[in-house]
Amino acid sequence: MKSFLFILMSLGTFVSSAQSDKYAAAMDKTLHLFDSAKTTADLLSVANTFERIADAEKTQWLPYYYAGLALSTAGWNDPKMDKDANSTRINTLCDKAEALDKNSEIYVLRNMSATQQMMVDPQTRWQTYGMQAGKDLDIATQLNPDNPRIYYLKGESLFNTPVAFGGGKDKAKPMFEKAIALFKTDKPKPLWPNWGRERAEEELAKCQ
Amino acid sequence: MVSPGQFIAKIKKTRILGLVLILVQFSTAADAQTQISGRIKDTKGHPVPGASISVKGSFDGATSDSSGMYSFSSSDTGLQTLKVSSVGYRAIEMTFQITGTSVKLDMQLKEEPNELKAVTISAGSFAAGDKTRGAVMSSLDIATTAGSNADITAALKTLPGTQQVGEQEGLFVRGGTGQETKQFIDGGLVNNPYYTSVPDISTRGRFSPFLFKGTVFSTGGYSAQYGEALSSVVLLESIDLPERSEIDASISPIVVGAGTQQLSKDKKSSWGMSYSYVNVAVYFGLVSQKPDYFRLPAYHNADANFRFKTKNGGMIKFYTTFAYNDLGLRTPDIDSAYLKNAFNLTNHNWYNNLSWRENLNNGWKMMLGAGFSTNLDNIQQQTQDQYNQPHYFPDSVYWMKPKNFILTNKQNLAQVKAVFEKKLFGLSALRFGSEYWYNYNPLTYNDTLKVLKDNLVSVFAETDIYLTNELAAKLGVRYEYSSLLKQSDLAPRVSLAYKTGKDAQISAAYGIFYQKPDNQQLFYTSGLGFTQATHYILNYQKMTKDRVLRVEAYYKQYKDLVKTIPISYNYFGYNNGGSGYADGIDLFWRDKKTFKDFDYWISYSYIDTKREFMNYPTKLTPDFVATHTASLVAKRFITNWKAGFNLTYTFATGRPYYNFMINNTGKYFTADEGRTKDYQNLSFSCEYVPSLGKVNPKTFIVLFASMSNVLGYNAIYGYHYSFDGTVKQPITPPASRFYFIGCFLSWGVDRTQDAINNNL
Repeated sequence: MKSFLFILMSLGTFVSSAQSDKYAAAMDKTLHLFDSAKTTADLLSVANTFERIADAEKTQWLPYYYAGLALSTAGWNDPKMDKDANSTRINTLCDKAEALDKNSEIYVLRNMSATQQMMVDPQTRWQTYGMQAGKDLDIATQLNPDNPRIYYLKGESLFNTPVAFGGGKDKAKPMFEKAIALFKTDKPKPLWPNWGRERAEEELAKCQ
Repeated sequence: MVSPGQFIAKIKKTRILGLVLILVQFSTAADAQTQISGRIKDTKGHPVPGASISVKGSFDGATSDSSGMYSFSSSDTGLQTLKVSSVGYRAIEMTFQITGTSVKLDMQLKEEPNELKAVTISAGSFAAGDKTRGAVMSSLDIATTAGSNADITAALKTLPGTQQVGEQEGLFVRGGTGQETKQFIDGGLVNNPYYTSVPDISTRGRFSPFLFKGTVFSTGGYSAQYGEALSSVVLLESIDLPERSEIDASISPIVVGAGTQQLSKDKKSSWGMSYSYVNVAVYFGLVSQKPDYFRLPAYHNADANFRFKTKNGGMIKFYTTFAYNDLGLRTPDIDSAYLKNAFNLTNHNWYNNLSWRENLNNGWKMMLGAGFSTNLDNIQQQTQDQYNQPHYFPDSVYWMKPKNFILTNKQNLAQVKAVFEKKLFGLSALRFGSEYWYNYNPLTYNDTLKVLKDNLVSVFAETDIYLTNELAAKLGVRYEYSSLLKQSDLAPRVSLAYKTGKDAQISAAYGIFYQKPDNQQLFYTSGLGFTQATHYILNYQKMTKDRVLRVEAYYKQYKDLVKTIPISYNYFGYNNGGSGYADGIDLFWRDKKTFKDFDYWISYSYIDTKREFMNYPTKLTPDFVATHTASLVAKRFITNWKAGFNLTYTFATGRPYYNFMINNTGKYFTADEGRTKDYQNLSFSCEYVPSLGKVNPKTFIVLFASMSNVLGYNAIYGYHYSFDGTVKQPITPPASRFYFIGCFLSWGVDRTQDAINNNL
């Protein structure tokens, strides 16, 4: 009986330390799946996988964030997606992430979610979702003014705004330059988001 | 699958063997994988792709593929909970056992009642508004549609089901007169929605479209919450709190105005007021008008409002507006060679509306409204000679007598309304309420005073039943009692809507509608009862973000319409002996996508209608109806120029005209009839918005210019006949074209930065 209990206990400790390695391994594996995802179905599967990890772990904000990021990526690439339903889901994931750790990256994700909703009907929605997107980036800046992704998104927004409205290539260029400068010095913690550098460089090239 | 009972029995049987078994299970647990798979379907049996299937507490799970199939392996054992969720469906959880043998679990997801995706009950109504579901026009559309000059009625006339009646105000819907359409603001009746009638001139609506955030224009089959309109209702919903405090001004050769809206710091309340003055002296000096104005039209309008949000997310709004206008004009008299009819009008109007909507407990909502309005018309008409001096006639020339009169008409309406709504399952709701109208109408005609008083009480109930997201029904009943008519009525209202595809639906509506006869008739006869119309409507609609297609067919049956019975020279009696029918098809197509930056809509109506009412001797097509009517409205906004251009082209086939005379047996007969020429109107307008796109602009400017009847078409709306029927005079607009140019400015105090600071 004693030996049986001893075996049980050791199995138990083995199981619990494997948990945190299990989390890291699962995150690593799913991040690779994220990189290689091509279709909306792939991204949806990646998002669901991250959400499962988050619900099981309960204390990690990153899997909720990446689930939202995968959905947001699908939103950018799939014109047929229902943006309102997608953004509602992204915002719920952001709420869950923020409850665990309020940080700049989550507000960058909120900005993309609001922007996607605005693009459904810019003329009517710029006053609601457009304004919301601006506020999200302002809060992201307050939380971490050195987050390069903030300036990349500001650049994107200016690039896509007509010149007559105060946007255009010339206004976007300094934003992308600042983003790239910050990307160079950005040292994100393990598993923390590090995306955007390539896109910023591509966009900067368009501004020349 | 091994049940818990059997498992325990096994241990009891051979303890050592059992312990070994447990150890073996635990040691091989890390390597033992159980295959879990299955198919996710919805209640109709269609696969649900992209659903998330997960084992609670574990990373294991999968996403269903395009055929709804999923498959994954789990190293967990024992009792587990499987969770399945997908956007738009109710998430489900199911407990099951993992024992080593592969598990097949098929699951059915039930659709979540979703307001955005649910079918809308739309038969017989067009919604316009920014946040209104199923809206075909935005509130800015109403203001910028060419030819509307920011008049709500004029903008609604570009939708199908309406007639292009240019010589009289009102919305003539599907064979009904202008009186058969009533307007409501926040649920309360507007007794005088238009400025006082002027002979052969269509007057404007009293309210600016900028006061409203939503408009529902119902062409028939409307809800049990409303009554006393045989054909149609226009439901206007006033704006809630403004976005920011501002001061605004408008300047043009015809109207000048200024006003302010003040939003409180906590954004929970606001108050505002404005004043405008219309004087056409400059404009009539530049653009000649047919009538000879001896008193140029002048209008004063002042209004004030306050709004505040209550604790439970409700809203109290109060709006008051005072208007004064006067004018005097002369037109040639048809019964003589040189005489004129001089028409003189002074009007005072005061309108008040108080509304309170509130969320109560347990899913109850309440809407209370109270209103008071008074309208005083002082009208004088006189026959004058070429020196503009009054010309009197002996009694033998009795047909000229009615052209000389002094009239004082006061219309007071006091009303209260209460509506309660209880949320039932899903999106379904139950609504009931009551309203009370007190009408007090003293009329003095040439020293004779007549008074009308009516207490109209209505009680109504209605339910919205959403059986699924695809099938909805609205069932209602309305009861009305009028103390003046000493009559009551009970009206059923039924609508159904069924979603046939992703963006398409069909709906049907049936209802009976009652309306009191007009005051003119009630003054001179007692014993008149309600007039009645029964509507049958069938509609198909496909609506995506960029395109709307609506096809609607209707049949209306009229009963108990008021007929005029000649008694002697200038005296008439009335009875409810009239009847009629109207049927037709209305088409609406709006497209914002096909042509870049170009937004247009096309309306077409076909109507076949005949009625016997007023002085019509038999069933005839009414003189306000054109068989075919079509409108094309186009808008183009050039973002780089910050300017928009709008065009409206309307075409209608000719309207019938009649001359009814009284024969020697004292009955009406058709002495002459014909059809006018077709009607055409091309209107153009443009706006320039220099402050567009600026983030948080302090000053907002809009420059606006418009011209109606660009092609200079000479429209004829109908004909007036002389008393002996020998002279026929066409009814034409007072001027060939209408020009407008104006500037609207608004200065605001922006509180967005405060909001950001407060959020952090």
